[in-house]
Amino acid sequence: MAITVNIPPPLRPYAEGTDKISLSPADATTVAGALKVLVTRHPGLNDRMYTNGQLRPFVNVYLNNEDVRFLDGEFDAPLKDGDDVAIIPAVGGG
Amino acid sequence: MVSVNPASIPQSPLVAGMKCRVCGKQWPVSTTNFCEDDFGPLEVDYHYDRIKPLVSRQLFESRPNNMWRWKEFLPLNGEPTVGLHVGGTPLVKADRLGKAIGIENLWVKNDAVNFPTLSFKDRVVAVALSKAREFGLETVGCASTGNLANSVAANAAAAGLKSYILVPSDLERAKVLGTSVYGANVISVRGTYDEVNRLCTQIAFHHGWGFVNINLRPFYAEGSKTMGYEIAQQLGWRTPRNVVSPMAGGALIGKISKGFNELAAAGLIDAPRTSFFGAQATGCNPISGSVKENRERHKPVRKPDTICKSLAIGDPADGFFAAKLIRESGGWAEDVSDDEIRECMALLAGTEGIFAETAGGVTVAVARKLVRQGKIRPGEETVLCITGNGLKTQDSVAEILPAPAVINPQLPEFQALLVNGAPPVRKAEPAMA
Ligand SMILES: Cc1ncc(COP(=O)(O)O)c(C=O)c1O
Ligand SMILES: [Zn+2]
Repeated sequence: MAITVNIPPPLRPYAEGTDKISLSPADATTVAGALKVLVTRHPGLNDRMYTNGQLRPFVNVYLNNEDVRFLDGEFDAPLKDGDDVAIIPAVGGG
Repeated sequence: MVSVNPASIPQSPLVAGMKCRVCGKQWPVSTTNFCEDDFGPLEVDYHYDRIKPLVSRQLFESRPNNMWRWKEFLPLNGEPTVGLHVGGTPLVKADRLGKAIGIENLWVKNDAVNFPTLSFKDRVVAVALSKAREFGLETVGCASTGNLANSVAANAAAAGLKSYILVPSDLERAKVLGTSVYGANVISVRGTYDEVNRLCTQIAFHHGWGFVNINLRPFYAEGSKTMGYEIAQQLGWRTPRNVVSPMAGGALIGKISKGFNELAAAGLIDAPRTSFFGAQATGCNPISGSVKENRERHKPVRKPDTICKSLAIGDPADGFFAAKLIRESGGWAEDVSDDEIRECMALLAGTEGIFAETAGGVTVAVARKLVRQGKIRPGEETVLCITGNGLKTQDSVAEILPAPAVINPQLPEFQALLVNGAPPVRKAEPAMA
């Protein structure tokens, strides 16, 4: 098992076409840590996802389908083996 | 209807393109609804200098009374092909309601009778689906809190488009039924609206369908401007001091303001000085919460808990922009309890003869609360946006309405009723006690 970070279609061109990456629990212990690994492996994503070191306001992140903003610790929420992290742009709504 | 293939029409010379609402960068017109640099939402941008010489009050007044009389301000390349009879709803002088809630100069913009599905959503869907046909899309869909579902299903059926409608599984029966009847594929998703919406975002990415509130959202949102144009025209080509609008995703309130500003940009009205007031239910108040707590970004609501399901969006896409407009226009936002919502549905019905859905109860109750707080003053001309019909949410108000008296068909029994108890009276609170 591993931790998966899913890259949405509009970000894939900045990640050499990759749709997801796998990490081991040793690579990252929190959601923020996993995102850091992602942009280290695919530096093209950095500017798309971050501005001045902050995640851009219209980029949402989910851990096992739950919006990270609802988790205890938010981006510091801990990861365990088998977790699924997804980045989904906030591109629509009611 | 149309004989040309809408997909073959060249781009309108009145449309400048798409503009990122975060960084301002220009993008071409397409079914991509976000800025690829920063994921900021895109908005349609127009050449107002080209529109201005083409339009006049007389031109608009000479056209049939529906939303398409404003077509120069809408993002189609050709003539509309979907929702040709939408809009043109009454603006009602609401003196009796005004007396009850303490506003001397009150109007109700009544989109509870908008055609064909009895909510303002027909305005947004008419634009989104007309645009979908220009893009050559054959399958459309939406994530919906109910009214949008009804409208996409009906208008897609009339246009011969296939539709997939995803709704939260706790939606009112009438709103589900009022979607399936049009032959739409209705999918009930175990989760909140925001979870449904996230799923639809993923579906839109994978299938290339036209989701009206996702990849067609910039065009969809433009439809709401027509409520603003109509209000200004119906007031005699001027804007009111205050507008009170319900908020879910937060798009409508901003588009009413954009509509006012565009009429001014075209030289048809004086520069608007309207304050915008936003209305939500306390059980789902991310936008009013951010205004009241003076936070720039809203805190999303995980599990909305209110009878007003149509406004139950916990993570509103336009929340940031709605809160900004409210602050900058000198308005305010409030939220109200389920009891206040029910009471004010009955109050609007009992004073003006207008049966609105729960969102109407929210709007009336918030207006009353704002008067009590002194945020809206009694003498200020105020327009309440009533956006959906009460027949869709009957269960929510049923419990506070008196059951009818039951008698045998005999005159003495009727007369006994009159003596023993007057016909039941609705319990509405008096004005500003
Ligand atoms: C009846 C009704 N009023 C108002 C709204 C709010 O519109 P918006 O999402 O643009 O804020 C909605 C829908 O979402 C609605 O169904
Ligand atoms: Zn941008």
